[in-house]
Parts: sequence; structure tokens; C-alpha cells
Amino acid sequence: QQQHEDLSAKKLRLTKPSKSAALHVDLCKATSPADALQYLLQFARKPVEVESVEGVVRILLEHYYKENDASVRLKIASLLGLLSKTAGFSPDCIMDDAINTLQNEKSHQVLAQLLDTLLVIGTKLTENPSVRMRLVEVACKHLTDSSHGVRNKCLQLIGCLGPVEKGVAKEAESQAAKDVQKIIGDHFNDQDPRVRTAAIKAMLQLHERGLKLQQAIYSQACKLLADDYEQVRSAAVQLIWVLSQLYPESIVPIPSSNEEIRLVDDAFGKICHMVSDGSWVVRVQAAKLLGSMQQVSSHFLEQTLDKKLMSDLRRKRTAHERAKELYSSGEFSSGRKWGDDAPKEEIDTGAVNLIESGACGAFVHGLEDEMYEVRIAAVEALCMLAQSSPSFAEKCLDFLVDMFNDEIEEVRLQSIHTMRKISNNITLREDQLDTVLAVLEDSSRDIREALHELLCCTNVSTKEGIHLALVELLKNLTKYPTDRESIWKCLKFLGSRHPTLVLPLVPELLSTHPFFDTPEPDMDDPAYIAVLVLIFNAAKSCPTMPALFSDHTFRHYAYLRDSLSHLVPPLRLPGRKLLSSPVSPSITPHEDPSQQFLHQSLERVYNLQHLDPQGIQELLEFTIRDLQRLGELQSELAGMADFTATYLQCQLLLIKALQEKLWNVAAPLYLKQNALASAAAKQILEETYKMEFMYSGVESRQVVIIHHMRLQAKALQLIVTARTTRGVEPLFGMCEKFLQEVDSFQRCFISELPHMQGSFVDKLLDLMPRLVTSKPSEVVKILQTTLRQSTFLHLPLPEQLHRATANIIEPTGESDNPLRFTSGLVVALDVDATLEHVQDPQGTVKVQVLYPDGQAQIIHPKPADFRNPGPGRHRLITQVYLSHTAWTEPCQIEVRLLLAYNSNRSKASAKIPKSGWSESLEALPQSENGIEGTIPFSKPVKVYIMPKPARR
Amino acid sequence: MPEIKVTPLGAGQDVGRSCILVSIAGKNVMLDCGMHMGYNDDRRFPDFSYITQNGRLTDFLDCVIISHFHLDHCGALPYFSEMVGYDGPIYMTHPTKAICPILLEDYRKITVDKKGETNFFTSQMIKDCMKKVVAVHLHQTVQVDEELEIKAYYAGHVLGAAMFQIKVGCESVVYTGDYNMTPDRHLGAAWIDKCRPDLLISESTYATTIRDSKRCRERDFLKKVHETVERGGKVLIPVFALGRAQELCILLETFWERMNLKAPIYFSTGLTEKANHYYKLFITWTNQKIRKTFVQRNMFEFKHIKAFDRAFADNPGPMVVFATPGMLHAGQSLQIFRKWAGNEKNMVIMPGYCVQGTVGHKILSGQRKLEMEGRQILEVKMQVEYMSFSAHADAKGIMQLIRQAEPRNVLLVHGEAKKMEFLKQKIEQEFHVNCYMPANGETTTIFTNPSIPVDISLGLLKRETAIGLLPDAKKPKLMHGTLIMKDNSFRLVSPEQALKELGLAEHQLRFTCRVHIQDPRKEHETVLRVYNHLKGILKDYSVQHLPDGSITVESILIQATAHSEDQGTKVLLVSWTYQDEELGSYLTSLLKKGLPQSTA
Repeated sequence: QQQHEDLSAKKLRLTKPSKSAALHVDLCKATSPADALQYLLQFARKPVEVESVEGVVRILLEHYYKENDASVRLKIASLLGLLSKTAGFSPDCIMDDAINTLQNEKSHQVLAQLLDTLLVIGTKLTENPSVRMRLVEVACKHLTDSSHGVRNKCLQLIGCLGPVEKGVAKEAESQAAKDVQKIIGDHFNDQDPRVRTAAIKAMLQLHERGLKLQQAIYSQACKLLADDYEQVRSAAVQLIWVLSQLYPESIVPIPSSNEEIRLVDDAFGKICHMVSDGSWVVRVQAAKLLGSMQQVSSHFLEQTLDKKLMSDLRRKRTAHERAKELYSSGEFSSGRKWGDDAPKEEIDTGAVNLIESGACGAFVHGLEDEMYEVRIAAVEALCMLAQSSPSFAEKCLDFLVDMFNDEIEEVRLQSIHTMRKISNNITLREDQLDTVLAVLEDSSRDIREALHELLCCTNVSTKEGIHLALVELLKNLTKYPTDRESIWKCLKFLGSRHPTLVLPLVPELLSTHPFFDTPEPDMDDPAYIAVLVLIFNAAKSCPTMPALFSDHTFRHYAYLRDSLSHLVPPLRLPGRKLLSSPVSPSITPHEDPSQQFLHQSLERVYNLQHLDPQGIQELLEFTIRDLQRLGELQSELAGMADFTATYLQCQLLLIKALQEKLWNVAAPLYLKQNALASAAAKQILEETYKMEFMYSGVESRQVVIIHHMRLQAKALQLIVTARTTRGVEPLFGMCEKFLQEVDSFQRCFISELPHMQGSFVDKLLDLMPRLVTSKPSEVVKILQTTLRQSTFLHLPLPEQLHRATANIIEPTGESDNPLRFTSGLVVALDVDATLEHVQDPQGTVKVQVLYPDGQAQIIHPKPADFRNPGPGRHRLITQVYLSHTAWTEPCQIEVRLLLAYNSNRSKASAKIPKSGWSESLEALPQSENGIEGTIPFSKPVKVYIMPKPARR
Repeated sequence: MPEIKVTPLGAGQDVGRSCILVSIAGKNVMLDCGMHMGYNDDRRFPDFSYITQNGRLTDFLDCVIISHFHLDHCGALPYFSEMVGYDGPIYMTHPTKAICPILLEDYRKITVDKKGETNFFTSQMIKDCMKKVVAVHLHQTVQVDEELEIKAYYAGHVLGAAMFQIKVGCESVVYTGDYNMTPDRHLGAAWIDKCRPDLLISESTYATTIRDSKRCRERDFLKKVHETVERGGKVLIPVFALGRAQELCILLETFWERMNLKAPIYFSTGLTEKANHYYKLFITWTNQKIRKTFVQRNMFEFKHIKAFDRAFADNPGPMVVFATPGMLHAGQSLQIFRKWAGNEKNMVIMPGYCVQGTVGHKILSGQRKLEMEGRQILEVKMQVEYMSFSAHADAKGIMQLIRQAEPRNVLLVHGEAKKMEFLKQKIEQEFHVNCYMPANGETTTIFTNPSIPVDISLGLLKRETAIGLLPDAKKPKLMHGTLIMKDNSFRLVSPEQALKELGLAEHQLRFTCRVHIQDPRKEHETVLRVYNHLKGILKDYSVQHLPDGSITVESILIQATAHSEDQGTKVLLVSWTYQDEELGSYLTSLLKKGLPQSTA
């Protein structure tokens, strides 16, 4: 490889004539400034290699001094900056020249551009303090320029390069570096708003680079909040926020009174004030920053939700307060009287502060804002503040609940998510729950699912609440039957969180009667299942509950425990019912038996190394069957079980293939049988790709084993080919390729090799010197014996292993009405699918459409089509365009999801060093082991379509 | 001192009949021209004779501005322009221009056809009046004449409502009309830039109220409607045709859409249909949501809301009906109310205020038995709900607008006197600006202190700024130049240019001063001593000793002669031009102190 790189570098040098020479000629040829500008523009389009940068710079500078036209000088200045960015080029050699050019420059625009260039140079040489010092000095000198552009750049330069460490700047070095903060602070009052903004930004930049800003800036920044220009205000809000984080506990005086408050509180009040700014950009900025001010004192925080209502000078209670009062007085909201909200006590007119009340009602305003961007920012801020303060969480609940009715779906969704995040801190009141549940009827699936998710982790205070939730969820179920799974899951958590509240409801829910037998409900009714899920989960931690069950309930429990094991927990049922329950009563809750079972069966397989081939095969077959069944039953172990089952399957195939009779017979005679062997090899290859790419949580230990298995499959393939093809030539290539692969395997997994004693690759590597020199036929022979003798590798299991799954919700595949469209035109098919445990779905998930004529089409969904409703879960909602020529009758097409993989991506162990220019990249050869492919990972869905011939 | 005079002809310490006269820098502008709902006699229109007794109104008014289409802001317009007689320009926004004639026509019909009044304006008059209207866009600066310009800002409230800035030279007035600082389902919030007017004329309907979040109200409303419909009941919502009706329609429409509800919603026909058409057209005047989604679907193209027919009222099953008028005093809403009042499953929701004496007011105050015409007793079993949807800014909103615009004075109109008093006090206390609240017919005079713009030649500016230190935004800067006042314009130019332009010869003004010095030496020695002395002190100036025996310090000339009588006294003649006054007087005082003794 070393050789290879050298070669490519040489090639570059040969094919490219020196850039600098060409440029020089061009510039000398230019007769007018316009011409020169054209040349420079052309020049700028092409990259320059590192070696010739300096030469080019010299030529440009030479021309710069001669040039009279400002626009050409400007372009040259910008080119200088561009060139100094070249990777690998150290710009210190051109810095002096660049500074020199500044001295005599008259045009403000060119000056600004030159300063920009210096900034680029400075950022490349950040390690060198003297260079930085010098540049800062230059910038300070130009701060008095009359053009805003120049001052802007100067401030930017100071912000990016100004000395950050105190004391490092030696006295002797310069005067300018004395106090960058002071210099920048002086420009807070500049006459140009752009310069003011730049000054604040420079200050923020200094802060980001680690300089501790002085508290004195705070009062200056506060004045900037009243600036006429929105950019200034927006930047000032940021600056105030930074200061409030730096000096939260400092004390600042309140103007026009002799009181003092903490700085963070003062800043909080000021930023709250900006939530009602005239410009929405500032409002968004302010609302966002509020969320991260967690040190603020609680009474300030709580003010943000209080608007101090009044009506005709009398204090009025908010609707929220009224609702709360009604609730606590044990009455339901009447809301029927006019003047129900009649104002009560008189307000002292002097005491009412209409505007200067600081934080007062900031969130009330933010949540009511005209722009949804502001509303979202406010909801986010509420969320963050509520997470850190339980009492605030309690208070903001009413407002969040109100946001569930926002006109923009994004806002609604955001507020539901927020509520979920803070749900640990809160208990919903009945009237709040009522509003929350009303949203269950929303026609958007996203909203409903988010709400189910929310209900999963909500605390409800009363049994009426639980009942209400159940009723509404069942209503939801009848209206949108597709929500079934989600609702069941929701009820599972609702039950397990509130066992004591469910207990008194049980007789009513199961409609049992103390004297009469009631009819047995239909077991397939999703609503009935939903009720049972709630009850069984509550019963888990409430041992008295099963006594209330009737006989059929126990039967149903047994059935559900088996069919919906992920929703129904194991219950300890009373002794006399044990017989009727097929579930083993000896389940010990403290140790997960299925996990145990999994490990036991694997242990068994690995221990039986030296059984007779027949026995091994049988054992493997049984184990695979067991594992598959286990995966179906125990959803949390499904990934693990499937993964091992696949591995064992591979092993089984390998063993079977090696047991073929064909190996004992002369090659050409057994063309037919070897079909099995080659098919096996192919299948093993496929399965290994699945193992590598379809599971999340696979660690490098597993990857080695998978690759090892793949290597074995390739060896098998080689052997089979060797036996079936005549002639030696094709074998040469194959052998070489195989040996290369062994080699790369060794390189990639060198650290893992010690763990692979006695394995195929271990043995192979011992024989490597012999293999390299021998003929293909011998290689094959060696391979065959090694393959047979090699031991079966133990597959270690990672902590967490999940299989990527996809479930197409829509189209359902049940429709008998064909989708009709005119042939040649397209029809859009809505595809809605849930994906679980897929990493980077945007890059990997594709939709495949198979037409009856075998034509296949792969569609890449847009990144925006994927949503992420929860960790590890994704949802794909996209449209697939179908088209075909006319058919005589409707026919079904298949739609399925594919998982694309690229073996390069997973183990980018040897990263190619990227060079700056594109030419060198193209010269690199495509990596040989970069195998791309797709794995179907969802059940195909059939869609009935009918392209009609176009009518003419 | 320049002044702005404001006289409300209506809406001064009162609601209704908005009409405010403003005279600013010699221009007279009339803001709004409304009618009063409460009166049926002459008092319903403003008293235009106040403007002039006998002359044409056109001669006294430069323009009329209408803020929005509500009748209390535009109801008197045809009477004013056609019957009293005004031919000047009338300004309003495009939606106002479109919807205003519909309402005027409706108003005319009710007054003339139903009440049988005569001597009222006719349809033709409305049409003629509308021909005088000039429509303006938001933020468009319209030049009424050479000096007077107006500019419209978004005001929320109703479709097309605008705030107007009236500007003459450097003096400006902002009139808000009615505005709303919180967005609703179909309109955005009022917004104004920091235009710092001399006077802000603001409405103050809710001067003493701070309102609760609109979300609670909306949620309550939706919940009540939803519950009733689910029970199988019918919901009656009496509304006025324009404004709130559209907001409630959008609210219900989106709710129906979201919740997948099937129950029908009806809207009583009539002028609503026409008005809805305009709502569809003026999408740019609505709020963010409607503006953003109208490409997919125009929100005003209601999917669930259909036109109402009399026969539908007897249909079984749940339904929601919007019917006019809003106070249940007559018309369709009352008819439907009578049909549905007997069933406790049904509900009536009053979305706004009801005047005393109307059925709406009676049921809201809890009356369950109503006496209808013909001594019929109607027992009200249906539920009665009150829900306030009002689109005026509350006290906080008004303060917020004042904060945004930063006016130098505030004047309150369109509100009750007692409430204004409170707000006035608050404004003065918190913004430290004067606040006024004139009654109808009372004139308020505001003195302004306008800044006068002066053109300065670039050369002079550059020269003068180059002399001093950095320009500092906060400090005034002294400049030397000549102010030329010509043809109503001010220019600051360099003296040379001024002389050239005016064709005047330059006169030199020189000051000459004699200083007596006791010095027995020869003249040229004295000169040398003076030279050395000055050279020693004035290091920054060029001091020259000329061959003819005189000394120059910059352009100041010093000559020494012996005193004719006393040879021991030398007379120093110091001469300088007017421009060098500072240096010249410094020099003389220096020389008067005498020369140092030890110069030898």
C-alpha cells in the first residue's frame, strides 16, 4: 500500500503543470482590471496543491502591489485567504506580507477582506501566541477605521484570536493586548448596529474560547437590550445569559430602589422581558435561553406562569385556579353560570404594575405567541425548567395541557413529549386528565402514539381517573383499530403503576356479579384484551386481586400469557387454580428462567464437540428449534435467541455441506449433489451478513466470529468450485482472492486471534507460508482438510442484542379493490411502517416494490420521512410512486422494506486519510472488500393494483 | 413652538362613533368616521359641523383614514362624503375596502327597509363613496401630498384592521384603531416598529383588564361543544356575521378535522358567504398557520361547515349552528333558539357581550322563563354558556404596544373615562410620558420639539470629522460651516462654497492689537527675542521669522516697531483674521505678560 500511495502522488506531479506559472502568465497577459478579475475568478475554481501554494501567493502579492483597481485587489485578498486554508500549508510565511499590504491600503472593502484573510491565517496558527498577539495589535490599530466593515472584521479577529489566558501575555510584548475585553466593550456603543453586533459576538467568542468575562459588562449588556436593532438585541440576550451563568450569585442593585437581587434572577427577569419583544427572532432566542437558567430562584420562576389577571381593576382568578378550586372543593366544574369568573377583590391601583413586573407571565406570553417557533421554544424551555424543579413542574402542567390544543401539530407533539419527560414529577388532576384524554381522538397517529407513551408514565390520582383513561382508550381503540398494540402497551403500564386504584374497579371492569354468572366475553375482542391487560398487570403487585376473577378469567389469563407474553406478566395465582393453569407454577420470579434456558442450551451445543456427526446435527437442529420458539415467546430475548439460532444454523449448514458424499468421489461425476453444498455456502454468506448488520449491539467479539464463519463459507465455495470446474485458470484468481481475504482478516482482527485457538483460521494461518507457494489444487486440498478438522467456535453473547425489525402498517394488504391508474402515469402509494432497533435508518432503510413480471424497484425514502418517536424506534411514513405498463387484469405487487448494508461502513478500521483536493480521492482504488447488499427485513405486503391502458 | 392638535368628535372617553380630528404641521386629518350603535337620532353620526360651518369639508381636510370595517369606525362614511360632502381622498386597506361596503349596505337595509327611516344614504351613495377610497398595503408609505405621508401597520382585531402612522416632516402621529396583541385562530398580533411618534392615539377598551390565556377559553369552548354533540344535542352559537364568527368557524373546523367528527356544522347564509369569500382572498392578512398551509388547503374553504337552511333546524341528531345576530334579539338565531330551547340536551353558547334587554342578556343573567311576543312563555331548558372571545388588546397589550413604539405622548380614546384614568396613570408612571384622554369635542394640544434635518455636503462632513476624535454616537459634535436657508430647505456648506453660491466676495476681518513691551534693545533684536520666546512656547505651531523682520505664527502676523516717543518701548503689532481669533487672543495675552528676562 505504501508503494501505491507513492505512485499516485507521483502521477499528480506529472500530470499537473505548475499552477503558479500558468497564473503568472495569465495575470501578465491581462490588459484591463476586468480581464485580470476574470482570470482570478477562473483560477479560484480550481484547487491548488500544497507545494505550489506559496509560489502562487507570491505572484498574487506581486500583482497586488501593482494593481490600481480595488475590485481586483479585493479578489486577490480573498484568494489569499482561500489559499491559506489549504490543508498542509503553513501560512506563517505569508503573514508578514499580508500585514504589510494593510499599511497602504485605502479601500475599506479591501481592508476588510485583508483582515478576513488575516483571520484565516490566525486561526491556522492558533498555537503561536506571538503571531496572535501581532494580529490582535493590527486589528486594534484598525478599530478606528470609519467603515463599519473594517471595524466588524477587526472585532471578529480580536474575538477569535485575542489572548484568553491571563498572565501569559507579557508586558513587553504589546500594549494592545492589555485588555481585549475593554477594547471590545468600548464598541458596544458604536454608532453602527452591525459593529455593535460584531462586538457582542466577539465577546461571546472570547467566552467560548475560555476567557472569563468580567461582571462589569453586565450593565453594558443590559443597556443593549433596548437597542433599536434586532440583531443587537438578540446577541445581547445571549451575552446576558452567558454572564448569568458565570456570576449567578453576584448581587446587583435594582434601579430606582435600594433593593438588591441575585444576578441570575435579574438576568432571568430581563430575558423574560424579551419574550414579548417586537422581533420574533429575539423572542425565540429569549424563550430558548430561559430553559437553561436553572439556578433562578423559585419565586421568580413561578412568576413566569402568573399574569396577575384583573378585570375592571378587580383581581380575577385564572381559569386554571378556578378549575383547581372546584376540584379541591369536590365539585365538578359547572361553567354554566355567566359571571362564574366574576372578579372578586378590589385591587389597589397603585400596586398594579403593568409592564415592569420582570418575569411576570413570560411563559404565558411565549406560549400564546403568534409564531409557532416561539411557542415551541417556550415549550422546550418549560420542559427543561420543569425537569429541574418539581414544584414548577406542578405549576406548568396546566399550561402544557393547554398546549395540547395548539393549532400546529408540531407544537402539540412537542408539548406531549415534554409532558412525558416531566411526568415523574407530577400527578395529573382529574380535570387535567380529562383534557389530556380528549386528545386521544386526534386523527394524527403521531399525536395519539405520543399520548399513549405519555399515559404509560403518568401518575393518576384517583380511581375515577383510571376508569376515565380506560374508557377513553377503548373509545380510541374503536375509532382507530390500528392503535391496538400501542394501547395495550399503554394499559400495561397504567395497570402496573396503579394497582391499588385498579383494584376497586375490577368487578365493574370484568362485569362480574356476586350471585349470577355473567356471559363469557369474546376472547378475540381487542377491547376485552385491553381490559384484561390492565387488570393482570395491576394484579402482579396486588395479590388480593385474583380472588375477584371468575373462572373464565383464569382461562383467558393462560391464553394471553402464552399469546401476548410481552403484555401479560407472570402471576402467582392461588393454589387451587394451579391445575387449570397450564403455566408452570414453579416459576421463580427472582431468576429469569428463559435467560437460563438460553445459556444452558448454548452450553450444551458448545460442549459437544466430539459427538458423531449425526448426533451433532440432530442436537443443532433441536437447539435451533428451541431458540426460535424462545425468541417468539420472550420478546426481550428475541434478539439474542435469533442471533444464536442463526449462528447455529450456519454451523449446521456447514456441517451438512461437509458431510456430502461428493467429497469422496471424483469431481465431475457429482454435479447434482454439489448443488446442496454451494447453496449452503451461499446461504451461510447471506446469514452472516444478516448477523452483522441486522442486529444492534453487536460487539467486535461477535464480529470476529461472524467474519470467521464467512471465511469458512468462502473456503467452502472455493472447494466446491474447484471440484466442479475444469481447468486451472479460474482457480488461480479465486485462490489468490481467498488468500487475500485471509490476510485482511488477520490484519483486521489481530487482537482477537488468541481467542480463536484451534479454529479454522488459526490452522490456516499456521499453514499460510505453504499455501502461498502451492498450486491451487493443493490449496483446495489443504482447505478441505482444515475445514473438516477445525473446531466449532464459541459465540459469546453481548449484554444487549436487538434484531432490527420492520412492520408495515400501511398498506395493510387486505384490500380487494385494486388501485387503478392509467398506465404510464404514476400512482402514489402511502407506506407507513414502524422500524425497531435500526441504526441510522435514513441511510439504510429502502422500500422495495416487486412487480409480478419480476421487475423490482428500490426506493430511497427521504430523510424527512423518518420520525423518531422513542429510543430505538423509528417510524417511516412515505409515499412510493408506482408505475407500469397496462395490464389486462388487476394483479398484486409486493412491497417490502430492505436494510441496505455496506461492509466498509461497519468496520472503518483503516480510514483513508482524506486530502483536501478531489483529484487525489479519485485516484484511490475502490476498496475490494466493500460489499454492498440488502437484507429484506419486513414481511412483504401485497397491494392490488391495476394499470389501465390509456384511453385515446 | 410647533404643536399637534387632537379633537375627538366621537370615541372620546366613549366607545362607538370613532372619529378623531388631528391637525399636525398645518395638515388636517380625520381618523375613522364611525356611527354609534346606541342612538337612532342625529347623535348616531359625529357632528361634522364642528369642522366647518359653511365651507366645503374638502377644503379643510387633507385626508380621511379608516382603520377597519366595523361600523363604529366606518358607519358614517357615506353620510360624510356624499351627504355632507367630502371629495378628498379616503384611505383604507384592501380588505377593509372590500368588506366595508357589504356592511354599509346591510346597515342601510336595516335602517331604511326595516325601520323605515328616510333621509338616509342610499346604495348609490355607498358606491360613490367607495370610489373615493384609495386602498393601501401594509407598510406601504403613501404620499398624500408633498408633505403628508401615511403608513399602515398590522393590527390584528379583524381582517384588514390597520394602525396608521401619519407623518409630516419630522412630526408623526400613530393611530391604532382597534388592535389585538394576542394572535387568535385566524389573525396575527398587532405589530409596530420603533417609530417613536410624537403622539400615539390608542384605543383603551380593556384599559383595566388583564386577560387570561386564550387557550383556556378555546379549550372550554371546544370541550363544551364536543360533549353536547356526543350526547346527541344541538349547539346554537349566535354570532355577528364578521370577525369572531370566522375565528370560531376555524376553531371548530380544525377541531372537527383533528378529532374526525362527523356531526354537521351549519352557518346561516346571508352576508357571511360574501364575507367568507373575502377572507379566502386576503390570506396574507391572516395568521402564520393559515398563511403557511393555504397552498395545501385554504382554511376558509370549510370542509365541515355548510350553509344553513331553515328546514335543517328540525333535523334529528346532533348539529352545530352559527346564526346571526349575536345577541339573540331577532332574526334567525332567535327562531332557532325558540325551537331548541325546550330540550335540555341542547346548548346555546354566547360568544360575546349582550346589550341589556335582549334575549341573550336575559338568559345569560339566569332567566329560565322568557316572555315572547303574543304572551307566550318560553321555558328555557337548554344549557346556556357564556364564552368571551374579544379581539381588543388588554391593559398589558396596550402597554406592550406603547413599549414597542416608544411614543413621546399618548392619547387614549375608545374606552370608558373611569378605566382610562387608571391606564393613564399607569402609562405616565411607567413610561414617563404625558398621557391625555380628551372627551368628545375637547381639543388637546401637544407641543412637539421636532428635529430639523439639514443637508450637509459630504466634503465638509469628511473634513470636519477628520479634525476631531472618533465620532461618538452619544456626544454632540461641533462643526464649522455656513447654514444656507433657501427654498424651505436647510443646507450646511463650507464658507467658500456658500460665498460662491451666493455670489458674494469674501471680506476679511482682521483684528489688530498693539502690545507695548519695555525693551531697550534694537528692533530686530526684540523681534528675535519674541521669536525665540514664541518658538519656545508654541511648539505645535509653525513660528517663522520672515526676512522683512516680521514674525508669523500660522497666519498671524507680528511686527515690532519702536515707539515714536520712547525708544525703550517697543510696540508689537499683532494682526490676525477672524478665523484665528482663538490663537490671536492667546498670543496677545501671552505677549502682554512680557518677555522672559533671561533670554540672553
